[in-house]
Amino acid sequence: MCLAVPGKVLDIWERDQTRMAKVDFGGVEKDVCLEFVPDIEVGEYTIVHVGFALQRLDEKSAMETLALFRELGELDKEFGDAWAQAARDNGREVPE
Amino acid sequence: MKYLDEFNDPELAKRLLDDIHATVKQPWAIMEVCGGQTHSIIRHGIDQLIPDQVEMIHGPGCPVCVTPLELIDKALEIASRPEVIFCSFGDMLRVPGSGRDLFRVKSEGGDIRVVYSPLDALKLARENPDREVVFFGIGFETTAPPNAMAVFQAKRLGVPNFSMLVSHVRVPPAIDAIMQSPACRVQAFLAAGHVCSVMGTQEYPPLVERYSVPIVVTGFEPLDILEGIRHTVHQLERGESYLDNAYARAVPPEGNLAARKLLSEVFTVTDRGWRGIGVIPDSGWRLSETYRDFDAEYRFQVGDIHTDESAVCRSGEVLQGLIKPHECAAFGTQCTPRNPLGATMVSSEGACAAYYLYRRLNTPSTSQREVASIG
Amino acid sequence: MAEAVDAQPLDFEGWACPVPLRDSPTIVMGHGGGGQMSAELIEHLFVPAFGSSPGGLADSAVVELGGARIAFSTDTFVVRPLFFPGGSIGHLAVNGTINDLAMSGATPAHLSCGFVLEEGTELGIVGRVASDMGAAARAAGVTIVTGDTKVVDSGHGDQVYVNTAGLGLVPSGVDIRPDRARPGDVVIVSGAIGVHGIAIMSVREGLGFGSEITSDTAALHPLVAAMLAVTPDLHALRDPTRGGLATSLNEIATASGVGVRLVEKAIPVPAEVGNACSMLGLDPLYVANEGKLVAFVPREHSDAVLAAMRAHPLGGGAAIIGECVEDHPSMVVVTTTFGGTRVVDTPLGEQLPRIC
Repeated sequence: MCLAVPGKVLDIWERDQTRMAKVDFGGVEKDVCLEFVPDIEVGEYTIVHVGFALQRLDEKSAMETLALFRELGELDKEFGDAWAQAARDNGREVPE
Repeated sequence: MKYLDEFNDPELAKRLLDDIHATVKQPWAIMEVCGGQTHSIIRHGIDQLIPDQVEMIHGPGCPVCVTPLELIDKALEIASRPEVIFCSFGDMLRVPGSGRDLFRVKSEGGDIRVVYSPLDALKLARENPDREVVFFGIGFETTAPPNAMAVFQAKRLGVPNFSMLVSHVRVPPAIDAIMQSPACRVQAFLAAGHVCSVMGTQEYPPLVERYSVPIVVTGFEPLDILEGIRHTVHQLERGESYLDNAYARAVPPEGNLAARKLLSEVFTVTDRGWRGIGVIPDSGWRLSETYRDFDAEYRFQVGDIHTDESAVCRSGEVLQGLIKPHECAAFGTQCTPRNPLGATMVSSEGACAAYYLYRRLNTPSTSQREVASIG
Repeated sequence: MAEAVDAQPLDFEGWACPVPLRDSPTIVMGHGGGGQMSAELIEHLFVPAFGSSPGGLADSAVVELGGARIAFSTDTFVVRPLFFPGGSIGHLAVNGTINDLAMSGATPAHLSCGFVLEEGTELGIVGRVASDMGAAARAAGVTIVTGDTKVVDSGHGDQVYVNTAGLGLVPSGVDIRPDRARPGDVVIVSGAIGVHGIAIMSVREGLGFGSEITSDTAALHPLVAAMLAVTPDLHALRDPTRGGLATSLNEIATASGVGVRLVEKAIPVPAEVGNACSMLGLDPLYVANEGKLVAFVPREHSDAVLAAMRAHPLGGGAAIIGECVEDHPSMVVVTTTFGGTRVVDTPLGEQLPRIC
């Protein structure tokens, strides 16, 4: 239901009083409507669905998530299962 | 593509899988609601790589599959009119109505255009003032803001020959309906990440409370899906249930306030029939009174549609996760992607199509964990 | 080889196929997609009417005439837009038929071309198409020796439709057919896939490419000649146009009764093509290609053939993407980057962008 991909905002302008941007998807560029993320800036990343930017992509959060994934294997190697489980319990789940 | 490629890393996938395998001690049934997640799971073989005890039940998160038959028939009727240019996302073109689909209508002379964005349909309306341009506005909450914007712009810019045939559906009422079904086996949910990018996460804690099920907001790339499953099995094994966000990079708790504001102006909550399931109260959106003029159902007065669902099709039970596609007698014989009896066989992420296309080959799950190499 | 079937009058009642064409009384767009529906149209409407051909249903037919083995092929081009990054309908028309001949191992020699022109089309457009055809033919070393032109009323065509037919001689010792693939054969693709289809889509969907994605249309017979120089015993060749690589592999798998096992990470897809496909919800395996071929090569020759391809300008990106196996006959299965497997089926009709 939700085919949306992350892209980088290259350029912002207005058309028919509508905020639009040229967004780069890894070498593919497309015009995207920015009305739902009005304060996004050039150079930032956004999730795009059917020609609309729907959310700013939180780069810090993305980096943290990837770092967590990388740590997963490391802790197992160093400390074995029990320690890894404890580390995960303390560092992972954050109830909303 | 940055922020996509990193979440497709097979090495990191292996670590997530190792953790899942180390954590799971008993059988669990997890439903992924979103069709995009179903597609990703099947396409990458994730269902084969997770422990056998973890069963992924594919939920009704495919708007193509659940759009009510009456609405498909209305779409076909409108699209057949000579003055109409009927615009739709590609997904809807092969969905069978009572005996026809949009491709057949096209072959009979209907002007049917596939568009990437609802704004493309609006553009067509402005370029063709002597034609009626109708856009088939389907989807979950992710697609609702773009569709709402097209109608909003049509009113603001004064494009009288544009209208929308709306059939939006909402996830939280669907989760309610599924959990209330007596035969329900679902013990946890992967919530649809991009739906939550729009709507935020606050609709889910009441469901967690009511049914004591873990709900984990999950993305779409292989690592996102594995992370969602990983968070879920940790909760299940510890006997806990709370709302968790495993897609924080694209889902702030409040979602997208600008989008939600527009939705409340352009759409109104309504009861909606889900094909194969039935009417779920308050589970859909229709155009609000303010935008009545742009509602294709009113403009075209499509009444007296006699719908004719296949008596044999069991997609409703598949959509609720009550049966697996191959447990339906028609699966693979009378009902194939070539000749679908129901919508779950048409959509590329419909469970029946996914099973038919991708899973006809029975392979043991454990041997697939090594990446094959060709000498 | 296809069995001989007597030509019979069309009798809808007598068809044994479980999903015959009777469920679609009119032609729909899917019939032209190159996938299952196209195949059914041929199998259930045309073949019974014509009687089956000794050449089977390959890209080109190899027939014997006066002691010579001649490859004979025809193709019709209805591409929209007429002009796209990297070429035009004119280039496709010449290269497409040359390639069909080359897929039988033939040296293409002569082409015919027929035009169906819509009343009101600017002469400049027709002139540009013709000029592109001439240039492509000269570059490929073939001559256009005969042709035809018809004009239809305005509104009854789409500016320019082109049909080409071609002839070429097949060298002795060369027997390349879709039913010759065998377990153990190595599957080699001559370069990156999905390029042409995305180039076309870029015009239709308003996608811009930072580094231009241009159609890979090219005449492939020099590449095939280089491969044959290594061994005349290539088993099967196909240029994966409509329906993409997936369709070609399924056709050969079915004709030969072998299973095909692919390795996803070995399939070359340019980053921009992959990203454009991600945006539109397309699978690169189903996107049309032009100047590319897929080869089924006996294992003992595969390294040498691959090296010869890579040494040739048209095969610089050649890669081994899989092999033929005895398991799952007639099915194409891909091992994903994560180690899972999925079946890669023939598409039904044309692949459409999706939002889900």
